[in-house]
Amino acid sequence: MNIIQADNLKKSYGPVAAVNDVSLAVREGEIFGFLGPNGAGKTTITRMLTGVIPPDAGTAMVLGHDIRTAAVQAKQGFGVVPESANAYTDLTAWQNLMLMGELYGLARARAARRASELLTTLGLLERKDQKVQAYSKGMKQRLILAMGLLHEPRLLFLDEPTSGLDVQSTQMILAMLRDMNRDGTTIFLTTHNMEEANRLCHRVAIIRSGSLIAVDAPEKLKMAIESVHRIEVSFDREVAGDALAALPGVTGVERIGDKWQLTAEKQDAVIQFLVAFSQQNQAAIVTLNTLAPSLDDAFLRLTQEASP
Amino acid sequence: MNPAGLPEQVRRAWAIAKKDIRLYYAKKSVLIFGVLMPVFLFLAFFTGSRQLPLAFLIPGLVGVTLLFTATALSPAIFSWEGRHGTLERLASCPITIEAIVLGDMIASILFGIGITTITIFIGLALGLSLLHWITMIASILLASCCFSAIGMLLAVPPTNEPSTPMMLSLLIKFPLVFISGVFVPLEQLPSWGLALSACSPLTYFTDLVRYSFTGEHFFPVVVDIAILGVFTLVFTAGTMYLHKRTMPKRI
Ligand SMILES: Nc1ncnc2c1ncn2[C@@H]1O[C@H](COP(=O)(O)OP(=O)(O)OP(=O)(O)O)[C@@H](O)[C@H]1O
Ligand SMILES: [Mg+2]
Repeated sequence: MNIIQADNLKKSYGPVAAVNDVSLAVREGEIFGFLGPNGAGKTTITRMLTGVIPPDAGTAMVLGHDIRTAAVQAKQGFGVVPESANAYTDLTAWQNLMLMGELYGLARARAARRASELLTTLGLLERKDQKVQAYSKGMKQRLILAMGLLHEPRLLFLDEPTSGLDVQSTQMILAMLRDMNRDGTTIFLTTHNMEEANRLCHRVAIIRSGSLIAVDAPEKLKMAIESVHRIEVSFDREVAGDALAALPGVTGVERIGDKWQLTAEKQDAVIQFLVAFSQQNQAAIVTLNTLAPSLDDAFLRLTQEASP
Repeated sequence: MNPAGLPEQVRRAWAIAKKDIRLYYAKKSVLIFGVLMPVFLFLAFFTGSRQLPLAFLIPGLVGVTLLFTATALSPAIFSWEGRHGTLERLASCPITIEAIVLGDMIASILFGIGITTITIFIGLALGLSLLHWITMIASILLASCCFSAIGMLLAVPPTNEPSTPMMLSLLIKFPLVFISGVFVPLEQLPSWGLALSACSPLTYFTDLVRYSFTGEHFFPVVVDIAILGVFTLVFTAGTMYLHKRTMPKRI
């Protein structure tokens, strides 16, 4: 049985169809990535799946409970890190966590033990009795994560948990998610960070303008666009972009910083031509890299292809 | 444990109430809306109408105090939480909207009862005596539920601007004071005024308080209690129903 089974979800805000007939299934034990450009409807879908807003149409079964008719039972089983949510800034971190404990019906002792564990893991233990007002953004975000994890949920929804955080906080959160997943927690992760999705997720869904356009493993999505190759090259002196574009087999040229990025059908042939080009123009090659298609490429390709 | 069962939801409502008390009722601005307002109203009537005895005015003060304290903050709580992003957090927790509303009501009931008890002691210190204390306790309990439900009803329009429900609440509370026989005896009202005052729950509560202090009353005590009870039920059910509908619009 799928841990999340959503069918034909729809949601409109006035004339804007934020979510247009989306169906998706998340399997128990996986990290499911949810990608899409700004305004694609990711947050709206997450809110419908977590029972925060009702869908206009469609159904969602989460942990075997209908999110519309048995919302409390479903919510009891999952944790949420909402996109724009906050902790109570006039309460301390500890008070915030104890409030969560009570709202999830945890015994006081268990809540306290879990809170200590989480605050330790997330490096907030010394500041637990300080008001959240005084926290930095990264500290707040870590606290919000702890609030979603207090009741040891089997399923965790995260809506851009690492946006705007520094490398250290990001790594801390991602490492924690990976550990939890190893221990059996299913994770539904919305993100803009392709690298994050690529490294973390078993499967990703790509959404654009309220519709799902692809759901697959990151490697498979990349393979689907493998016909494109990219080569990055830089020379020790200025060369004309037009001359590079004129090389046989090159389909695109782009200047990126001090480098040129070429797209080509066959990378081997293009590399031969580049070496010849370097000799002819007496411009020595400084760097030469071939780039495998990234999830970025797959994402851009898929989200552009779907445009009308 | 059945998380959706009534006992568990009531327990979680209590968690909401504790949070409200800690966060909102410990603030100084509450004093202005909840405590100073009734005192000013009382002083205005006390200095303006020398011919009315203290035994008449103190029950009026008790009535107004309970109305103002029980509705002091509840209209704005949802807007505050919507604005600060804590409402989405609550909405994703395993607690029903009814239980959230109940929790907010409990906090305002406790605050109302607390401050109102002080005014009753002031009355006693000024020489009044409590003739029917059971009636007093029962009517304060009932009326605080009723008024806190009114406070939550004022919170129904989904706005994230806390001053909107606060203004709305002042616009409703002041006229309520004037039509409810609080500082003007019901006997002196014209018939249309009496008809208006019959629509206000504050009328019945003040009547009950007056009875508890002095033994005098305008309506029969049973009628006062019954009507207050009906108001409470209707307002509570109404506010829970309406909040269930408007909650998603706040997020
Ligand atoms: N409360 C709301 N009222 C009106 N329109 C809304 C509301 N919430 C979302 N929308 C609209 O629905 C669409 C989808 O928004 P949503 O927040 O789900 O996008 P998103 O994929 O999460 O974007 P982002 O990456 O920027 O977080 C957008 O066009 C947005 O303007
Ligand atoms: Mg979003």
